[in-house]
Amino acid sequence: MSKAATSLPRTIGAHAILLTYTVIALFPVIVIVVNSFKSRAAIFRSPLTPPTAETFDLIGYTTVMAQGDFIQYFQNSLTVTVASLFLVLLFGAMAAFALSEYRFKGNTMMGLYLALGIMIPIRLGTVAILQLMVASGLVNTLTALVLVYTAQGLPLAVFILSEFMKQVSDDLKNAGRIDGLSEYRIFFRLVLPLVRPAMATVAVFTMIPIWNDLWFPLILAPGESTKTVTLGAQVFIGQFVTNWNAVLAALSLAILPVLVLYLFFSRQLIRGITSGAVK
Amino acid sequence: MSEQSLEHSQDKRPTRWHIAVFLAPALLVYTAVMILPLFGTLQLSLFRSIDNVQVFTGLENFRTLFGDPRWSNSFWNALGNNTWFFIIHMLVQNPIGILLAALLSSPKLRFSAFYRTAIFIPTILSFVIVGFAWKLILSPLWGVAPNLLDMVGLKSLFVPWLGKEEYALTALSLISVWQFVGIPMMLIYAAMLSIPEEVIEAAECDGVTGFSQFWKIKLPLILPSIGIISILTFVGNFNAFDLIYSAQGALAGPNYATDILGTFLYRTFFGFQLQTGDPNMGATIASMMFFIILTGVCVYLFLIQTRLRRYQF
Repeated sequence: MSKAATSLPRTIGAHAILLTYTVIALFPVIVIVVNSFKSRAAIFRSPLTPPTAETFDLIGYTTVMAQGDFIQYFQNSLTVTVASLFLVLLFGAMAAFALSEYRFKGNTMMGLYLALGIMIPIRLGTVAILQLMVASGLVNTLTALVLVYTAQGLPLAVFILSEFMKQVSDDLKNAGRIDGLSEYRIFFRLVLPLVRPAMATVAVFTMIPIWNDLWFPLILAPGESTKTVTLGAQVFIGQFVTNWNAVLAALSLAILPVLVLYLFFSRQLIRGITSGAVK
Repeated sequence: MSEQSLEHSQDKRPTRWHIAVFLAPALLVYTAVMILPLFGTLQLSLFRSIDNVQVFTGLENFRTLFGDPRWSNSFWNALGNNTWFFIIHMLVQNPIGILLAALLSSPKLRFSAFYRTAIFIPTILSFVIVGFAWKLILSPLWGVAPNLLDMVGLKSLFVPWLGKEEYALTALSLISVWQFVGIPMMLIYAAMLSIPEEVIEAAECDGVTGFSQFWKIKLPLILPSIGIISILTFVGNFNAFDLIYSAQGALAGPNYATDILGTFLYRTFFGFQLQTGDPNMGATIASMMFFIILTGVCVYLFLIQTRLRRYQF
């Protein structure tokens, strides 16, 4: 690089802008989490200071634990997310393999048909989805959510995975065929392990919207035993709107697991985006 | 994909069942839970429930939606608000995203991984968290926002933005921008990383550096990514619901000032307060959203994408 691009004022300027925006991005999250550990008086008196020995208070968390069934909500969210993720990855990879590996009549049409769902949001079909779930007795079950999220995640998964599967060497697969492996074994034993990085990328892209979704839990599974953590937090906060300790604690409880998961996977996510998986 | 040429030779092969086995599960779930309900919804918009029997009424529901002032006022209000929501995203979110990406992609920048990770954090949070967190921060009761303004001597500027009809929608749009700026940032960042070093070096040999280098060399090369971001923003915005619902409730107050198509659909379909839900009118609104999104996607695919030159390196 030439000197001009790395000159000192320019670098300082870049850092200043990025740092400012980082503060803007993190400030609300930090304010919420920090205040959730303070007593009610301290929350209002000095919202911008961290908790001290006198103002430290876990009353919000005890209220949340006593009142809301957050453990149950977490379990529900976890079940729905993991099950949908598994089905999206399995079915998506299978379909992507069929589309990228074999030449058959209607291959292109099938690819376009599956890609339709990338642009048209599944939410627009909600009225009929609810009818379908009522008719099949799946309202207020986690199965309904798993089905919807699987359908929602498949188009992008097929699209990304088939791009990656095209890059798997033909020689390898043909060698497998000569050794007498069935097409199923070639898929599960040879191809799947090779596209693992792409699978991880798809997993992260699929997981976040499922975990965060409010619309379908609200409409398909609003019952107490099937509430997801997003809906649970929404309802809880709505009820405790004047209990600031409880609201802040509930928000922090909802933020922290996602945050930990993100920090854990962020390398994967960012590499996935920058490797052109979604271009 | 140019497989057609080989089809002829394949007709003579035995049926390859494994292709069907590989495709079936995905096709089945996708068709049953996504495509059929989408068309089912379009179809429901042509029916009306009379004495619990679905009667075909043609375009009658659409006539009600546009002709009956009670419906049409709400619809145009929601559509107008939604358009403003989208305009704010295009004018604020995408330029900020491009700016951040341009800064991040400069090669010798330190801590760029830290900035990237931190700026993307709001994007992974759920709308519920974001909606409530900002509601609390902007609340005049708590005083975080007035305190902050006080620090820079601008306390007089504080208004309970989310509670005022004239500001609430813009405030919510900006909150949504705050949440999603990470997406354009990442996509543009990826596009900028893929610009080959030689192109930049050639520009520098010709004395094109700094801002003019960004404007004349990099920006044209990332235009396809900006196109994709625009259409993603469009689809996301015209399908938005969660943020408004968490921050302002189903009534999208104050006085429907923040009502967008998603919340209007929810109220119509599910009912609110004393009004009972109406699946057929809900389906009608969902169909209108479908047509709006479809129009946007088609405009992008046929008018914009074909005109953006893609550079292959």
